[in-house]
Amino acid sequence: MSNPTTGPHTTGPHTAGRRLIDLLPHIVLIVGVLIFAFPIYVTLIGSTWDAATIGRGNLPMIPGGEALNNYGHAWSESHTERAMYTPVRIMMMNSVIMALSIAVGKIAISILSAYAVAFFRFPLRMVFFWMIFITLMLPVEVRIIPTYKVVADLGMIDTYAGLSIPLIASATATLLFRQFFLTIPDELVEAAKIDGAGPVRFFFDILLPLSKTNIAALFVILFIYGWNQYLWPLLVTNSADMETIVIGITKMIGTGEAANDWNLIMATTVLAMLPPVAVVIFMQRWFIKGLVDSEK
Amino acid sequence: MATVEIKNVRKSYGPVEAIKGIDIAVQDGEFLVLLGPSGCGKSTLLRMVAGLESITGGQVVIGGRVVNDLDPKDRDIAMVFQNYALYPHMSVFDNMAYGLKIRGVPKPEIETRVAKAAEILELGRFLTRRPSQLSGGQRQRVAMGRAIVREPAAFLFDEPLSNLDAKLRTQMRIEIKRLQDRLGITSLYVTHDQVEAMTLADRILVMNHGVAEQIGTPLEVYQRPASLFVAGFIGSPPMNVLDGVIDASGQGVVMPGGALLPLPRPRPDDANRPVKLGIRPEHLTISDGLAASPILVELVEALGADTVVYGRLPDGESLLIRMAGLPSCTEGDQLSVAPQPGALHLFDAAHGRRLAD
Amino acid sequence: MQRRVIFDNKLLPYLLLAPQVAVTLVFFIWPAAQAIWQSVHIQDAFGLRSEFVWFENFTAIFTDPNYVGTLRTTAIFSVSVTALSLSVSLLLASLADSKIKGAAVYKTLLIWPYALAPAVAAVLWMFIFNPEIGSLGRLLNGWGYNWDYRLNGDQALTMVILAASWKQVSYNFIFFLAGLQAIPRSVLEAASIDGAGPVRRFWSITFPLLSPTTFFLLVVDMVYAFCETFGTIHALTHGGPGKATETLIFRVYQDGVVNNDLGGSSAQSVLLMVILIVLTTIQFRFVERKVHYS
Repeated sequence: MSNPTTGPHTTGPHTAGRRLIDLLPHIVLIVGVLIFAFPIYVTLIGSTWDAATIGRGNLPMIPGGEALNNYGHAWSESHTERAMYTPVRIMMMNSVIMALSIAVGKIAISILSAYAVAFFRFPLRMVFFWMIFITLMLPVEVRIIPTYKVVADLGMIDTYAGLSIPLIASATATLLFRQFFLTIPDELVEAAKIDGAGPVRFFFDILLPLSKTNIAALFVILFIYGWNQYLWPLLVTNSADMETIVIGITKMIGTGEAANDWNLIMATTVLAMLPPVAVVIFMQRWFIKGLVDSEK
Repeated sequence: MATVEIKNVRKSYGPVEAIKGIDIAVQDGEFLVLLGPSGCGKSTLLRMVAGLESITGGQVVIGGRVVNDLDPKDRDIAMVFQNYALYPHMSVFDNMAYGLKIRGVPKPEIETRVAKAAEILELGRFLTRRPSQLSGGQRQRVAMGRAIVREPAAFLFDEPLSNLDAKLRTQMRIEIKRLQDRLGITSLYVTHDQVEAMTLADRILVMNHGVAEQIGTPLEVYQRPASLFVAGFIGSPPMNVLDGVIDASGQGVVMPGGALLPLPRPRPDDANRPVKLGIRPEHLTISDGLAASPILVELVEALGADTVVYGRLPDGESLLIRMAGLPSCTEGDQLSVAPQPGALHLFDAAHGRRLAD
Repeated sequence: MQRRVIFDNKLLPYLLLAPQVAVTLVFFIWPAAQAIWQSVHIQDAFGLRSEFVWFENFTAIFTDPNYVGTLRTTAIFSVSVTALSLSVSLLLASLADSKIKGAAVYKTLLIWPYALAPAVAAVLWMFIFNPEIGSLGRLLNGWGYNWDYRLNGDQALTMVILAASWKQVSYNFIFFLAGLQAIPRSVLEAASIDGAGPVRRFWSITFPLLSPTTFFLLVVDMVYAFCETFGTIHALTHGGPGKATETLIFRVYQDGVVNNDLGGSSAQSVLLMVILIVLTTIQFRFVERKVHYS
């Protein structure tokens, strides 16, 4: 400011104060980002050192040279001198199968039932609608023991079906699809009818392609939901071959003693985070849409 | 190509009767416009012909076949919707081809037919585009293309131009007219726009409250409206309607201001009968004499080609006058106007039906 | 709300509904009914006979001092997790929503923890706060503070609260951001023309307008704290030391799976269900009202 009489607002100390106020949001946000990033950073670094270094508790803040070794070992080996583990490649495959089955299964059965509820009138329609709706109120955790018993009685313990099918009934997805179906213009349906499309053709030729974005958004959310399941896989899998990776990590940790294969645990943790985090980052637009829409 | 017969067709929603018995036979190749205000039942009637709405009573016969219980796809009709109803995820080509594919038309034939329709509608360049990449007018053309390729017995149009702006609407109206002349397919066309009705129709069915007020050619409907409703609905600005009384001799009709208008033919039987008197604004001219009434000019709208004068009769009733050319009077002027000879419409004062000419 | 145009078909809708209904019946309704049935029965040690005992299981629960402790722990845990994750995420979201440089980058860097499993979040915190291998855990001890969440109950509870909140912040953040973006700019501009500073604007305009989102998240976070944090607790403390971090859901698991007390565990499940149904109903009531306003 060339003119010193322009007023107190432009004098030195105030400008500095302003600058600090402008900076404050950045400082807070950066601190926030760091709080979220720090544990991940430590884990990433830890996964590149040997077990002894980590066990001593003096983990350096720069990468070590054991990365290949650790990840290679965690990926394919089933034991160390200390203990037996399920190799990550098996746990990873189990997690992928479970997450995919849950996501695809939920989408498939809820899009079908939403189609029935939105596009047909039939006796007991509202009864079914409310029956589906009620499942919204009962997360798997609260009915875990009796559900476990049902699965056990059906002989589905230690099977992929047992891991995924009890989790695929989803009120949220059904409601989301129904909501979307209600926005399809009547004329579009009528045009299809005049073109000669019946309900099945209409579903596959028109409705399914139009639902693509919704399906993608929902897929992201449900894949993560499936991947992150904990209590259910803990109950219905006994065999090491059926372990999912999230369960595998806590089994490796045990009671959390210093003498542990921390290097492998950390490498496994990194690998366990990779697929869902990648999905969130690379499909961010769909992810946010799916999350916000499905809770409307 | 075929005839479409609507025989005493009725539609009820519970106790409410929306269509109260409509009868009309649309000839092969004829263009019938269903005209009326919103809620009059014209769209419902069209949708009953299409099979999108169930028929409560009567029969719909397309090409000699009663179609009451047939699905839309089996009625051999094609429909153009107001909001186009194009499949958003399909290309223009696929939109037009979809109905043919479902019907199992061989691929080469589909391609020929779509190509031909695209050529007629000048859509050739857009065949690979999605509807979202087209303008409103182009979308409307695709919707028509979808109907054309089917080569149906009848076209059904449900207010197809209502979503377009005024300029495009005029342009598309002309295109539809050309298309109809070229293809000659029996068409039923729903609109609330009298200009579309007058320009496109071979015959107009004017509907109000679920009944047919009048069926006739555009000129018949304009020149001899069958009821006060039709008289008021067709023509812009609308017809003046005044209370009048046929004089004791049955030779003329007395206007509210006292002016005596000669009747085209004497009506001795109707002597002293109160009537509703209809005079179109364009049939009033400035003149003196026995038939003339004095008016006070309240507002003058110069439209360029012609001028609309809003006048008031001495007893307070308003009167519209449409004159060719630029305005020759201004607000506050006193004028004397009279209807052209023979341009009177007489309606019953009680039920509004036209008196026999 | 219903569609006007529909398809006519007698059988098809039932076929379409069949898979969903089958899964719901077999894995939701039937187990829930069983839980209710079991909650009023006691089984003998071999699971061969069961006896109808009215509300004995429930009375047993509420007269068990351990269970009252569990209730207390659950209350502290869920209120802390909800309050902490809501306030932190609201702070971050309102900052990231303002027109600052790099808002998009901050957004990306703050939303990804949503992808982490609650159990994995716990493991990450363990790597840092483990008194033997964790850098911060060792640091605390080095400063003379006696830090070991494996032995100290309060420290353990603090630890699971922090890990559970940390994981939930990103979820809340996403919704707060969406809520903030829905607030018309013109309202805030009008307020600043009226002379309201940023802090005042926030409390008198933004916060009230955001209340539907806040309320929604309040319920979601409560449900999260009640149910999904099982993984966090199981991975970090196994409910210990003692019963210091045993929440309702952990106890259901403990009694039903580890102690094999079906009646008691089912009675607890029924209680949890009631709590959740009440929470969800409140939420729907509120959501309906929100829809009404807009």
